[in-house]
Amino acid sequence: MSSSRNRILARVGVGLAAVPILLAAACAPGGSTSDSSGPSVKPSSKIATDPAKAGKVSLTVWDINTSGGANDAMVKLNQEFEKKYPNVKINRVSRTLNDTKTTLKLALSGDNPPDVVQANQGYPDMGAFVKAGLLTPLDQYNKVYKWDQKFPKQLLDLNKFSTNGKDWQTGSLYGVSQTGEIVGIYYNKKLMKQAGIAAPKTWADFEAALPKAKAKGLLPIQFGTSDKSPAIHLFGVVQANTAGKQAVRNLVTSKSGEWSDAGTTKAAETVQSWAKKGYLSPGFNGLSGDAASANFAKGQGVFRIDGTWRLAELEKAMGSDVGFMSPPPAKAGAPNVTQGGEGLAWAVTSKSKHPDVAAAYLNFITNAQADDVLAETGNLPAVAPPNYQPKAGTLTADIFSAWKKISENDGLVPYLDYTTPTFYDTLTSNLQQLLGGKQNVKQFTGNLDQDYDGFKSK
Amino acid sequence: MTTTTAVGAPKDAPTAKKKKSRDRSERAAYLYLIPAYVVFGFFLLYPLLHGVWISLYDWDGLTPATWVGIGNYTSAISDPMLLKAFSHSAVLIVFYAVIPILLALLLTGVMTHATKLKRLSFFRVVIFLPQVVASVVVATTWTAIYAPDGVLNKALSLVGLEAVTRPWLGDFAWALPAVGLIGTWVEIGLCLVLFLAGVSQIEPELYEAARLDGASAIREFFAVTLPGLRPQIAVAMTLTVVAGLKSFDLIFVATRGGPGTSTTVPGFEVYHRAFDLNQVGSACAVGILLTVVILIVTTLIQRIDPGERA
Repeated sequence: MSSSRNRILARVGVGLAAVPILLAAACAPGGSTSDSSGPSVKPSSKIATDPAKAGKVSLTVWDINTSGGANDAMVKLNQEFEKKYPNVKINRVSRTLNDTKTTLKLALSGDNPPDVVQANQGYPDMGAFVKAGLLTPLDQYNKVYKWDQKFPKQLLDLNKFSTNGKDWQTGSLYGVSQTGEIVGIYYNKKLMKQAGIAAPKTWADFEAALPKAKAKGLLPIQFGTSDKSPAIHLFGVVQANTAGKQAVRNLVTSKSGEWSDAGTTKAAETVQSWAKKGYLSPGFNGLSGDAASANFAKGQGVFRIDGTWRLAELEKAMGSDVGFMSPPPAKAGAPNVTQGGEGLAWAVTSKSKHPDVAAAYLNFITNAQADDVLAETGNLPAVAPPNYQPKAGTLTADIFSAWKKISENDGLVPYLDYTTPTFYDTLTSNLQQLLGGKQNVKQFTGNLDQDYDGFKSK
Repeated sequence: MTTTTAVGAPKDAPTAKKKKSRDRSERAAYLYLIPAYVVFGFFLLYPLLHGVWISLYDWDGLTPATWVGIGNYTSAISDPMLLKAFSHSAVLIVFYAVIPILLALLLTGVMTHATKLKRLSFFRVVIFLPQVVASVVVATTWTAIYAPDGVLNKALSLVGLEAVTRPWLGDFAWALPAVGLIGTWVEIGLCLVLFLAGVSQIEPELYEAARLDGASAIREFFAVTLPGLRPQIAVAMTLTVVAGLKSFDLIFVATRGGPGTSTTVPGFEVYHRAFDLNQVGSACAVGILLTVVILIVTTLIQRIDPGERA
């Protein structure tokens, strides 16, 4: 703005209304990104796979692995990369997932974005970035590094998007993930013995164990959802078993079905009855997921439905008293199905000046050697490393084998909040109301359908 | 700037010197405002206008925006969620402004009789402390107090009130008042310190006269203390009502708008739309609406108080 206009503005002060129109005539927000030529895709024959020959390179990498084993793994992998390629300097910027959510968008759309970022799967993040042309399609790099041979298809698909950002799990590859994760059932071995509960082999066994624990004066399921997301895990595990994996996948990818279908309705009835019968922690709507996990570690609660990301925390606190299993199937011996996915996708930004080095870095932190590093630092690699054998009977062993079975037998259903851009909000707040007895099952499924149908009709 | 050169120009005719110099000193007075104005313009006015501009677009924060005019405003006003959020704000105002001011007035009335109290400044610091502590710390602490097995429920059980215990922040009816009470705790110190300072400015003769006339403590409060505190009450009201309207941090840390949507407020909606839902234009529209509401409310408060208008 010119200084003279500034002064007029200052004097008028109240003539605010006219200004936006003046500005609007100039350009619209986000206009500059549309001018960029978009991501460049070069043929795979021209890709330089040896960063040592790239000259002096500085690579800015944003990750979300701020704590514990996840941080240890990144520190180690980055050191090894710099040692192998002394000409490459890695500027690591590590922020929590929440902090990343608020800053990554601005950083990506700026003129000087990081080279490598971790993008969350699904429409709100990765889809939006792809739509804006901010990420480099990795298909050509995939041909060179053969990621499709390493990762099971269902894992790789989670990091794919159509280039317009509209269709998920199909189209171009935009990232690779390091770690895997599933939601399953942690159990307290001591309390199970005390209540005389045998390891449930079927879903019906598990449901029968709950009143048994309750009758012994024990809390059946340690659960808290004041921070909203834990309810998705509870509901998702139940729904995967009452509706079946195909129905859930169709719902989340907007292919077919309704949230008021029989399977999902049954899941809603089940979790609401658990809440009513006192199978869940009292006051769960005012208890955070972290606090509930800490309670479970202290020996409160026979079961806890949570993700494999609690591995390090619970193993440290409970030692050999804690075990982990995939949610048992409807029929004994049938393959397990549960909610899960993989860690955030490592992606290359479209404005990176060194896409080849960035892609080589992606390959370096996800190859077999990196998997060993991840396993040793208490993480669950997306593909179980053949050389690493956790000690039998430990929580790590339980989790590694559960993940292996699920990921190899196509047993994953996606997180439900991927369904629409607003679904996280719709699902969590309605689940709090369903569990809290504020609404009935019909209202609950109706509200989910409303969000879902609104998105589909767009 | 042109004003600068005019003031600095020394070629004045001697006859008009007197008038000029008065003009000059008046203009010079404006000069002193420039630093403050530049800061205000750069950090407040420009971002505000920028927000207004963005609010007229449908924008996800990344791809080019499309012009929707007042579309974001009309859909915001007709959004029942947002109306709910504003109604929650109204409840919060009771807890952030009305209760703290009433309680602080009561305490002030009592404390004016504690003239022999030494180290009053020490007590002021203690009472003011909640204002100094970072709000995230306040919210985290209170979340622990309100937890299902937190201090509050334990204390209630100890005195035989198990029936009353509940997950305060997870209870659909109680979550909002529970968050509001944190606000009361924070704001009461501010009000009390303001009022105590105000009382010290009231002429002691007025109290003397009241006592000579045989006024009771209550009569004295309404005849002398309360009218004398009008300006402070207006300031306290403005600050606390604004704090109640724009509350975000307590909600964000304590409940995230839950359970369900029972504690969502406009400030939280702005964050939520911009960063969770990628609706930057709509978020700006809500922010601007909130600004307008705050402007109207504060203007009304200034009007109510005659002391401030004088």
